[in-house]
Amino acid sequence: MIDQTAVVVAFYVIAASTVACALMVAAVRNLVHAVLFLVLTFVGVAGIYVVLSADFVAVAQVLIYAGAISVLLTFAIMLTPGADRRNSETVYQGPAFVLAGLLLAVIVFVVYDTDWRIAGRGEFAVTAAELGRAFFKPYIVPFEVASVLLVAAMVGAIVLTREEADDAF
Amino acid sequence: MSALLTIISRNWYDIRDLSNLSNAILERIRDAGGPGWLVYVVSALLGAGGIVAFIGGAAIINIWIERRVVGRMQSRLGPNRLGPFGLLQPIADAIKLMQKEVLQPRVADALVFSVAPIAFTVPGIVVLAVLPWGRNMTLADLDVGVVFILAMSSLAALAVFTGGYGSNNKYALFGAMRVIAMLVTYEIPSVLALLGLVLFTGTMNLASIVLFQEKYWLPLVLVQPLPFLIYFISSSAELNRTPADLAEAESEIAGGYHVEYSGMKFGLFYAAELINCVAISAIMATVFLGGWWTYKLDEIVPGWMLFIGKIYAVYFLFVWTRGTLPRFRIDQLLAFAWKWMTPMAFINIVVVAAEVLIWTETGWSAGLLLPVYVAVNGAFAVALIVGWVRFMGPKFSRFPDRPRFYSGIDVPSLPAYRQPAPEATGIGTAPSSTGVA
Repeated sequence: MIDQTAVVVAFYVIAASTVACALMVAAVRNLVHAVLFLVLTFVGVAGIYVVLSADFVAVAQVLIYAGAISVLLTFAIMLTPGADRRNSETVYQGPAFVLAGLLLAVIVFVVYDTDWRIAGRGEFAVTAAELGRAFFKPYIVPFEVASVLLVAAMVGAIVLTREEADDAF
Repeated sequence: MSALLTIISRNWYDIRDLSNLSNAILERIRDAGGPGWLVYVVSALLGAGGIVAFIGGAAIINIWIERRVVGRMQSRLGPNRLGPFGLLQPIADAIKLMQKEVLQPRVADALVFSVAPIAFTVPGIVVLAVLPWGRNMTLADLDVGVVFILAMSSLAALAVFTGGYGSNNKYALFGAMRVIAMLVTYEIPSVLALLGLVLFTGTMNLASIVLFQEKYWLPLVLVQPLPFLIYFISSSAELNRTPADLAEAESEIAGGYHVEYSGMKFGLFYAAELINCVAISAIMATVFLGGWWTYKLDEIVPGWMLFIGKIYAVYFLFVWTRGTLPRFRIDQLLAFAWKWMTPMAFINIVVVAAEVLIWTETGWSAGLLLPVYVAVNGAFAVALIVGWVRFMGPKFSRFPDRPRFYSGIDVPSLPAYRQPAPEATGIGTAPSSTGVA
């Protein structure tokens, strides 16, 4: 029902809005506005995943990035005393532009140097089931290592933030 | 009766399956030579229009339900002046909110302030698109429907923060940060409860979950009572409903994150809370109570009417808890989620995974195993809850002489409670009047 032109139009609309939001993240002065534009960028990337028919990855992107990581960034900004509204003028803007330009050059070189092949559109397996099988057959060790890493991070966070309270149960 | 049903079936006026009506319209368009994309767009608009019509009706009716039914539960009359039984009260509420001035503080962030109510409403409405309203009536039949629902529920935290931050008001920001802490905490038990269901049915597609319940003649609430309870409690915390509505309690924090909103923006926040509650009730009615399927009754009565009835049955449970329970403190809520509901949800997943393994490995028939699972899960849920409270909860004291704080969570410790004063006599000493909010 959806032919090729609709997919291409959708891709360009989503890509344009994502790039615009990403530019606003860097350009806006207020740090909280930057976080909100970053959330819009995350949702735009989820839209690109949908254009690629990766449904589980798109929904996981919204759930994890826009749902949890943005909350983390919000707390980080709220708990930092120097995150003022007019705090974006620093002396590091020059080196930041140089570094970003170098990164852009590397990515553009990689994009032009890769041998992109247009894959034939075959039968799409259900992505969530395939991901589950991949987690438990070839990639079982990285899966377990990632969970150990998460437990270590949680324990570290609790150790860093607890205070000795002697009048509570 | 069945002869009558076979006569009217598959005609456009067979409202038991509203896809007949939309298919008739789409065939007209195709016969008139419309292009493919027009058919797709029209079908999407018809489905979305139906859902928005339901949302509009639900937002109005639920205002009346909240006020009248809670009033009757609290032994007082609810609204009873406007119309019979106060049925026209929501219309008066809407007119009042529309004619109020939409104030915006001069130092507030204009764009962030205005976007927050919209960002709060949209995920609640979008969730209704993945739910099956009938056998062929799903607007967006996603294969990852359950994760989509969880993703939309997690976007509510951000909307609350934008509302609280954009108001440029310290009480609003304080309330917003507490609400974010609560929402992020209660996402975990709700995700784990639905994970147990996905394990049991083997699919994340909501239409397939309803078909699973139809195939085995078993609404999943019977075989998974503990996830029903966990999802109900954590959803009522995520929806900021009493007993967990400390974010917007007017008597405590001056309204929380919507203290600076007035007029229709506040009306949109209020309606968005009700719409979110309807969406969560619809999800619970789909996965736990069977959705449109009701033991062959859906062949006579249209399935979507039964579904709406089940939505309002679950919504009545939410209103019942609201009218009955008092409000909790933030440390009580967070400790309850981390120390009680999350371990319970994990234990439930282990039990469900063992049951699914037994079912697939031994190949015994479902008619033998499922009643056993119903009995085992029910007994296990009751035993786990009672045993946990008995053996791992704090000791119950009939006359407590000091309040029970949970360490590490932002409750200010009063000097009067640090150690007993030498001349205090314990029970007879009156506590300090500045109690913990």
